[in-house]
Amino acid sequence: MSGHTKLDLVQIRQRAAGNGRQYWRSLEELAGTPEFQAFLEHEFPQHSEQAEALGLAGPVNRRQMISLMGASLAMAGLTGCSNPPDKIVPYVTPPEYMIPGKPLFFASSFEQGGFATGVLVESHMGRPTKIEGNPEHPASLGSTDVFTQASILQMYDPDRSQTVLHLGNISGWEAFQAWFNEQKDTITAKKGQGLHILTESFASPTLVDQFTKLQAQWPQMRWHVFDPAGRENARAGAQLAFGEAVSPIYDFQKAAVIVSLGADFLTAGAGSVVYARQYAARRREAAAAIDENKKEPAMTRLYVAETTPTSTGACADHRLPVRASEMEAFARGLAAGIEGKPVPADKNQKWIEAAARDLKKNSGACLVLAGDEQPPMVHALAHQMNQALGNAGKTVRYIAQVEGLPATSGKPAGESLDTLNDALKAGTVDYLFVIGANPRYSAPGDLDFRNNFGKARQIVHVGMYQDETAEWAHWHLPLSHYLEAWGDGRAFDGTASLAQPLIAPLYDSKSAIEILSGLLGKPGRSGYDIVREYWKPKLSGDFESAWRKALHDGVIPNTAAAAKTPGIKPLPASDVSRAATKLELVFRADSTIGDGRWANNGWLQELPKSMTRVVWDAVAQVSPADAEAAKLTNGSRIKLVVNGRTATAPVWVTPGQAAGSITVTLGYGRWRAGRVGTGVGFNAYELRSSSSPWFETDLTFTSLDETYPLSATHSHHTLESTPSGTKIDSMVGRNPVRVGTAEEFAKDHEFAAKMGEDPPRSLSLYPEFKHDGYNWGMAVDLSSCVGCNACVIACQSENNIPVVGKDQVANGREMQWIRIDRYYEGDIENPDAHFQPVMCQQCENAPCEVVCPVGATSHTEEGLNAMVYNRCVGTRYCANNCPYKVRRFNFLAYQDWDTPSLALMRNPNVTTRSRGVMEKCTYCVQRIQEAKITAEKQDRTVRDGEIQTACQQVCPAQAITFGDIHDPKSGVSQLRKSPLNYGLLADLQTRPRTTYLARLRNPNPELEKA
Amino acid sequence: MSDEHKPVPASEGENPFIGGEHTYATVTDKIAAIALARRTSKGWVLGFLFSFALMQLLLVAVGYLLYKGVGIWGINAPVYWGWAIINFVWWIGIGHAGTLISAILLLVRQEWRTSINRFAEAMTLFAVSCAGLYPLLHVGRQWFGYWLLPLPNTMRIWPQFRSPLIWDVFAVSTYATVSLLFWFVGLIPDLATLRDRAKVKFAKTMYGIFAMGWRGSAKHWYRYETAYLLLAGLATPLVVSVHTVVSFDFAVGIVPGWHTTIFPPYFVAGAIYSGFAMVLTLTIPIRAIYGLQDFITDRHLDAMAKVMLATGLVVAYGYMMEIFMAWYGGHPYDMYMVLNRMRGPYAPGYWALIACNIVIPQLLWSSRVRANAVFLWVLSLVINVGMWLERFIIVVTSLHRDFLPSSWGMYYPTKWDVMTFLGSIGLFLTLLFLFVRLLPVISIAEMRGMVSSPTDKEGGHH
Repeated sequence: MSGHTKLDLVQIRQRAAGNGRQYWRSLEELAGTPEFQAFLEHEFPQHSEQAEALGLAGPVNRRQMISLMGASLAMAGLTGCSNPPDKIVPYVTPPEYMIPGKPLFFASSFEQGGFATGVLVESHMGRPTKIEGNPEHPASLGSTDVFTQASILQMYDPDRSQTVLHLGNISGWEAFQAWFNEQKDTITAKKGQGLHILTESFASPTLVDQFTKLQAQWPQMRWHVFDPAGRENARAGAQLAFGEAVSPIYDFQKAAVIVSLGADFLTAGAGSVVYARQYAARRREAAAAIDENKKEPAMTRLYVAETTPTSTGACADHRLPVRASEMEAFARGLAAGIEGKPVPADKNQKWIEAAARDLKKNSGACLVLAGDEQPPMVHALAHQMNQALGNAGKTVRYIAQVEGLPATSGKPAGESLDTLNDALKAGTVDYLFVIGANPRYSAPGDLDFRNNFGKARQIVHVGMYQDETAEWAHWHLPLSHYLEAWGDGRAFDGTASLAQPLIAPLYDSKSAIEILSGLLGKPGRSGYDIVREYWKPKLSGDFESAWRKALHDGVIPNTAAAAKTPGIKPLPASDVSRAATKLELVFRADSTIGDGRWANNGWLQELPKSMTRVVWDAVAQVSPADAEAAKLTNGSRIKLVVNGRTATAPVWVTPGQAAGSITVTLGYGRWRAGRVGTGVGFNAYELRSSSSPWFETDLTFTSLDETYPLSATHSHHTLESTPSGTKIDSMVGRNPVRVGTAEEFAKDHEFAAKMGEDPPRSLSLYPEFKHDGYNWGMAVDLSSCVGCNACVIACQSENNIPVVGKDQVANGREMQWIRIDRYYEGDIENPDAHFQPVMCQQCENAPCEVVCPVGATSHTEEGLNAMVYNRCVGTRYCANNCPYKVRRFNFLAYQDWDTPSLALMRNPNVTTRSRGVMEKCTYCVQRIQEAKITAEKQDRTVRDGEIQTACQQVCPAQAITFGDIHDPKSGVSQLRKSPLNYGLLADLQTRPRTTYLARLRNPNPELEKA
Repeated sequence: MSDEHKPVPASEGENPFIGGEHTYATVTDKIAAIALARRTSKGWVLGFLFSFALMQLLLVAVGYLLYKGVGIWGINAPVYWGWAIINFVWWIGIGHAGTLISAILLLVRQEWRTSINRFAEAMTLFAVSCAGLYPLLHVGRQWFGYWLLPLPNTMRIWPQFRSPLIWDVFAVSTYATVSLLFWFVGLIPDLATLRDRAKVKFAKTMYGIFAMGWRGSAKHWYRYETAYLLLAGLATPLVVSVHTVVSFDFAVGIVPGWHTTIFPPYFVAGAIYSGFAMVLTLTIPIRAIYGLQDFITDRHLDAMAKVMLATGLVVAYGYMMEIFMAWYGGHPYDMYMVLNRMRGPYAPGYWALIACNIVIPQLLWSSRVRANAVFLWVLSLVINVGMWLERFIIVVTSLHRDFLPSSWGMYYPTKWDVMTFLGSIGLFLTLLFLFVRLLPVISIAEMRGMVSSPTDKEGGHH
């Protein structure tokens, strides 16, 4: 090898110094020379074969995802995700914290939509395996949403971009840097003119600092921000109302009455994890107060006016379907009602008046809020109403806008995509850097952005995937995952936190911070140095200890944004007269794959959408009335036409959808997402326009007389049409969810118990089994559950649950151990919806146990219904006999046994199940055992709350409580004593250890349905 | 043989279950010839090839099943059991006629059974073989199927004896063993006859081996008859027990539509019902093809039809009781189950089952129908279909909508389900074709007994 290349030692030293935690094997490797690459190929030929065998060589059918979802460890291993393979020496003196079998937790932060959520990442011997919320972090408080949970799978995604590409060919960072150095003088000479940078919203202080420096370096450079499903409207609304860039921060715990104008604040958007917690906490406290015959705190009353049914709408006490185009008029009506002016006499009058009265009655303890999708005017009206109701400083406070650069005088803080598009059309874009965004896919259809994109002279794309934008970029630079890179971020309330890597980059990637450092003339600096350098002057006291503490805690203290008291400005009268056309088209970010960035994530693709329960697809949600008029049913294909832009979509008839509105979700129809997401669903961005990104008022559609197969996990409707045309009411006598009103509960504490039969324990021929010691049980509060699905993904991540694919779900073979049952009640045009998370109920009289011929499922002394996977032969009798249908069977080999990167992700404490084996929830028995061992070593019993099941831990609404039911003081025992407590199907004498607390609603007597 | 021993024609006299004019010699000639003298007919070859080809479907289906897993079938959540279990119960049910005819009718001295018992026993054995395949194939990890057996092992793990599936293993394996023994013991004298008459060396040797040195001595006959009677006594409770235990597979479960105490008698009656239907399905063509009308007379068909009518009525009573108990019990789940069967997505199947098993068989009240072999044959097919549908309705409609509406689903079989089923029919037919070609389809020894006057057996001239 020696003598073939002249090694640039200066550069090598720089690289070696720069990569704090990256291992390297030889100087040639470090130099990244072609000789070394050739040497590697020669030495490890199996790697390229492996790549082929794994299907990396060609396009892969999504159906084969299960068998193919893999990248090679070979590729991952080249840069080393653990110790370098060529010298294997056991620790002589191991690090004191590294104990084999003991996981370590590191604080970091996950950023989405520009806001950071603090996380604690579980790491087993250097491999991150599970993400938990950071209880210290104000945007998490210990819980997370689905995306945070699923981000671990994204890191191990074998489809991630692995190398620098130049014109589609494999290249390297040096080549890119060399190219950039050549261009730099030209750019500098023109002061950055012709250079455009497109990013998504971000709030990372280091990045903001770098961008500020970059703008100083090249004052003519233009920076564009594009979030396909972002908060522009909310920002514009605040600007409209206050004349300055502020963000509202709500406190739902203090709000007795909440009116949401299309805001899905419980499950989507910045702060939703915390908001759900506050909202649910108040509901629980109110329920407890009623139980004790107290009046305070009063139960929250939630009014939701929305176009498309959302989880928040399902939680509402009063939900009203309102078309998107009528929302502004609706908000004006409400504002008028609050001011005591007459409310327009239309079908919503009664509702608005009742809500307005309720709000006024609770001035200073109520909230009006608008969804991110609503036009700026609706946001402004909501701000105005909150001011009028005296909520400012009480239930809502304002802080300076967190995300993006501070707007400097005369210069907008981030231009829009439209201006970039104009520049592209004008041919004035010499250099276009796209960092993180994927505009070729997600730009609104009316911009013709895909065509204009190619008019930039040089395009550099920085992203985690070789996606649609990378396809047309001259340079593609692989971006590190947040678990691989140093960084920082700010939460929705401004609190700053650090992000530390859990693992060296799996591939040859760099973080945005490192790349920007290159643009700033300091290539090769490590993220660690950059972030540290930024924070050095900012942390008070001894930097080293402050830094370590910030890293350890995951939060930088005292960085929350200060409250402001912006003055409200008079609002202009609406100048937009949106005629109520026959049909409107509404856009929403998808509830599981977001704006499309999660399209290649199998967990999220297979996660049932909160309301429709559809998986693996995008649908056009149509109201039952419209569907009936057009003779559409679930799966009918329709062609949507908006201003000449068209898309073909399958219909999902959605109870509660506003009549006259069709809703489509963004994020599907990607053509370069990866083996999981490519070609799934239709692309709703095609229908979108940049001027009105969230709804279009003149929609027409034609039915194509075709059916498209959709997979949903819920095929049930309350009334079943039979071949003979008669209806049989399937819900008669079944009360899986018991629901009452706060009023009913106050009158009759035992109402829930009366809704079903609970046979006495003495009703058995057999003597009662005596359980000594711990007795595990769980209580799920249905009033708290907001249907956010976080528990489903947390369970999937904790318990190594495989993904099965659309076809298998269509056949009812989904594997998630928790499912969120959704039941409708009432009128199909606007039904009440109830969520019920159902996992194994751990019956004391488990019907599954007696019928297993090999004893593969049996009871533990602690009351767990245990599964012995390696004893199971798969007769499936247990699943037949399970009245809750919570058992999951590996009908085929669902688990991916071959992909090394996925093997790294798995929880080593949970058996990976093979084909032909039954599996199910066991209350995270691995966590129970670990806590018991710890307690035993410390010669004590397990404390209440010491064990948190994965679903409990992640639950933003804290709806799940787990513990020892024989300990009268434990949280779960307290809940089981509540009169609301009931066992699902307890009439079968199964004696479930999981019980539910009946859902309490708090309807306004004025509006209560007759 | 003298003239006075000529039996009287069936229609007129004391021994109506044998027709024509037969002596010991003609009986032996006629029956043994089917196996020995007759040339292999083209029809047999074609039929055998067809059955054998059908059986290859089973080979392919099972091969792919072992390779991929039970997910190739239509089973899903919540219908975790599908055609495999339906077919298992169906085949086991068919396998009931043999023991009933051989054992119970022997003990209660129904002489007419003689002409059909061999055949029915063989059918039983083949049906049980087909049935036995399914429980093994339907488990998720077939290679660990033996864990259901109480085999001593180093981990000292036993099967879980409370599970009906374990009872099933014992019940079915016992039944298969006793049926095989019964059939084989009955065959021994006939095998000796064939050994003595066979002209081909190989056949002579093979029959000789299986005849186990039978010489027809009085001692042999004495022991033979004792053993046969004892086996009949042993087999008798099995007629009731096997399908009772099979019904426990369902009745022990808590699924609405399964959890009912009427299942054991109703399953046993259904099994005999379908067993006799299958005997008729097979006997009528064979009788015609091999010209056995003298031995399997119209009176035989008539008797079998009456048994079917009786058991069919028991089955009808079972259906009625299911509906009555659902209403009487007042349980919403049971009520819904009944309504769902009648009016839900599988309602056509339910009504077809009622038509096939209850309505159409009422024609058997008419003696003219019972006397018409063609009509009976069609009817027997209808009952076979009906009994298959019954199992489908029990397994699928009970499971697909049980307690929590959120988990309900639909079940559709796949091509692999169909192939496995057709393949098992192929296996059954293949075995049957081999049987009629190689062994006496009617018991020669017992038929000889029939030729002499049954009332005058001891005094008969030999």
